[in-house]
Amino acid sequence: MTDTLTADVADTRMVRSATVESAREASSIEMQRLHKRFGRDTVALDGVDLTIRAGEFFTLLGPSGCGKTTLLRILAGLEEADDGRLAIGGRDVTEVPPHRRSVNTVFQSYALFPHLSVRENLAFGLKMRGMPPEEREARVAKIAEFIQLGDLVDRRVDQLSGGQRQRIALARALVNEPDVLLLDEPLSALDAGLRSQLQVELLRVQKRLGMTFVFVTHDQQEAMVMSDRIAVLNGGVIQQVGPPREVYEHPVNAFVARFMGHDNLYPVTARSGSRLSTPLGELTAEQPGKGGLLLIRPETLDLLPGEVAGDNHLPATVAERLYRGSHAEYRLEVGETTLQATVNNRGRQLPERGDRVTVTVAPGDLVTLSE
Amino acid sequence: MSYAGVIPSARSRGMVRESRHLLFTVAPGATWILVFLVLPSAYLMGVAFMTNGPYGLPEMPLSLESFKRLAGFGFLGWSPGNLYTLLRSLWQTLVSTGLVVLVAYPIAYYITTCREKWRPILLLLVVVPSWTNQVIRTFGWMNLLAPGTPLSELAEALGLISANMGLYPSNFAVTLGLVYNFLPFMVLPLYAAFEKLDTAQVEAAQDLYASPVRAFWHAVFPQTLPGLLAGIVLVAIPAFGMYVIPELLGGGKGMMLGNLVANQFAGGSNWPLGAAGAILMLLATFVGLFVMRRIGKRLGGGEEVVI
Repeated sequence: MTDTLTADVADTRMVRSATVESAREASSIEMQRLHKRFGRDTVALDGVDLTIRAGEFFTLLGPSGCGKTTLLRILAGLEEADDGRLAIGGRDVTEVPPHRRSVNTVFQSYALFPHLSVRENLAFGLKMRGMPPEEREARVAKIAEFIQLGDLVDRRVDQLSGGQRQRIALARALVNEPDVLLLDEPLSALDAGLRSQLQVELLRVQKRLGMTFVFVTHDQQEAMVMSDRIAVLNGGVIQQVGPPREVYEHPVNAFVARFMGHDNLYPVTARSGSRLSTPLGELTAEQPGKGGLLLIRPETLDLLPGEVAGDNHLPATVAERLYRGSHAEYRLEVGETTLQATVNNRGRQLPERGDRVTVTVAPGDLVTLSE
Repeated sequence: MSYAGVIPSARSRGMVRESRHLLFTVAPGATWILVFLVLPSAYLMGVAFMTNGPYGLPEMPLSLESFKRLAGFGFLGWSPGNLYTLLRSLWQTLVSTGLVVLVAYPIAYYITTCREKWRPILLLLVVVPSWTNQVIRTFGWMNLLAPGTPLSELAEALGLISANMGLYPSNFAVTLGLVYNFLPFMVLPLYAAFEKLDTAQVEAAQDLYASPVRAFWHAVFPQTLPGLLAGIVLVAIPAFGMYVIPELLGGGKGMMLGNLVANQFAGGSNWPLGAAGAILMLLATFVGLFVMRRIGKRLGGGEEVVI
């Protein structure tokens, strides 16, 4: 059984190296009812059903302890699920050990081998799979050039900077041309500038190779920049799956909304048709839905000077203003309630602290969600 | 111009102060080494080249007699007895060190996989026996391995030894005693090496298609080499010169170099021969250390193995 598996993998490889990079097929991932428990009381995954499409940049997003890393480790085979099935590329791999899976991981700590040179680190996977040395060398040279670190291959790992280590860790995984690449918070150890640069690089690599990437992060900004789709996890349960815009603009519950950075959440105290009663006042929503919470995204708000009457017009006082250059963030007080607004600074007189203003919002931008 | 005399004198005053500091810090250790290591060794060196007197004490004139006798040339022509003892010492060292490595690796690895609060306790359990006097522990083994004990009867039943012989005295008992005695000296440095290891590297190796065995061999083992080499030095050198264990467990055919040397002094039979044996032991130790250092440099990779 296992022999046919490896033979199968080897065949695919040969076909792949013979074809051009862009023509390679990527693999989909299917998870069914995955459960994982640590000890008696810690539930890491509580029935995860998820399908990741071939060639997708998919992100598992959530706070620490939500189960995202456990899920990634189950995909890698480093952790075994207590229950459920896992298929990669249409093949059931639930019980396949990590070294027999065509899946590679970029570890959070990079886990480069300190006793080996960069070149030997890059060649490790190929060597373990028994690729002849000449072919190995060629592949390593190619990948080192691809990530633009060709001149570092003879260095020792401890002679590399953080950003270089990150790229070597990425290359060490990519050189094996896995069906799926797993990335466990690979950018979390880098400073902000390098981080955003590598976000773009990583995204380009993924698009160019057309490989399925599963990315784990707790940073919702990073998730939105990079992903085709995001799964938000909490308490071992998937809360929502969707493209970044959908998850950000239409979160399904208060947890997702808060995790995506939303603060403007208000209970709906009463409703009649499209009219919603909230602590801010009466508001009209185009699609009021059934949820008990109203979400007002700060960037959908506009500020008018003075008091202007009208539908979805709320009188407010500026309590605080943070000037950010391109835009400004306002903390507004509407009666007893606080409201955050992010407003573009294009050619206008900016309201000052203490000014009376009117907040307006389009009915189409109002969303309700469940608790 | 007038500074010319001032500055050097200030500097030399500083140097005097510095060298005085150096003297205070280094002197006690240096004195200790001088009095208890260098001088006795020099004395032994001298004794080794002297003639054996009628009461076993060294006498003039100088001669190479003791080294000849060590190599087996006696009054009755050449006999291989001493050479056997030397070879047996080397063999026992080699075998027991090898066995210690095989036993210590799993123990050290197991301790690193335990919860942090258990680790010091487990390490303590490894070390505690060595706080008992070595002679007492070795007597314990005598009682365990003597004829008629369950272990001996088991060995008899399996046909490993002939009837009523017992597992002790024998070379096997010596090997067993050495392995038991030196185990902690291997477990501790190996544990230190394992603890430094990032467990993610083991996972990375498996993620990169290495089976558990190959992951150990390619990712773990090379990184524990400094600990392994340190352990080998800590085990092999004292094992080579061991006296108590072969004396108690070995019997007449289990003698090692340490016993040969000790007998020349204790019985008052031949000081120059004993001194020559001690010098030989010292030389063998230096050769061993030199070889280990070379191996360490070659295999240590990034990390310089300091012995």
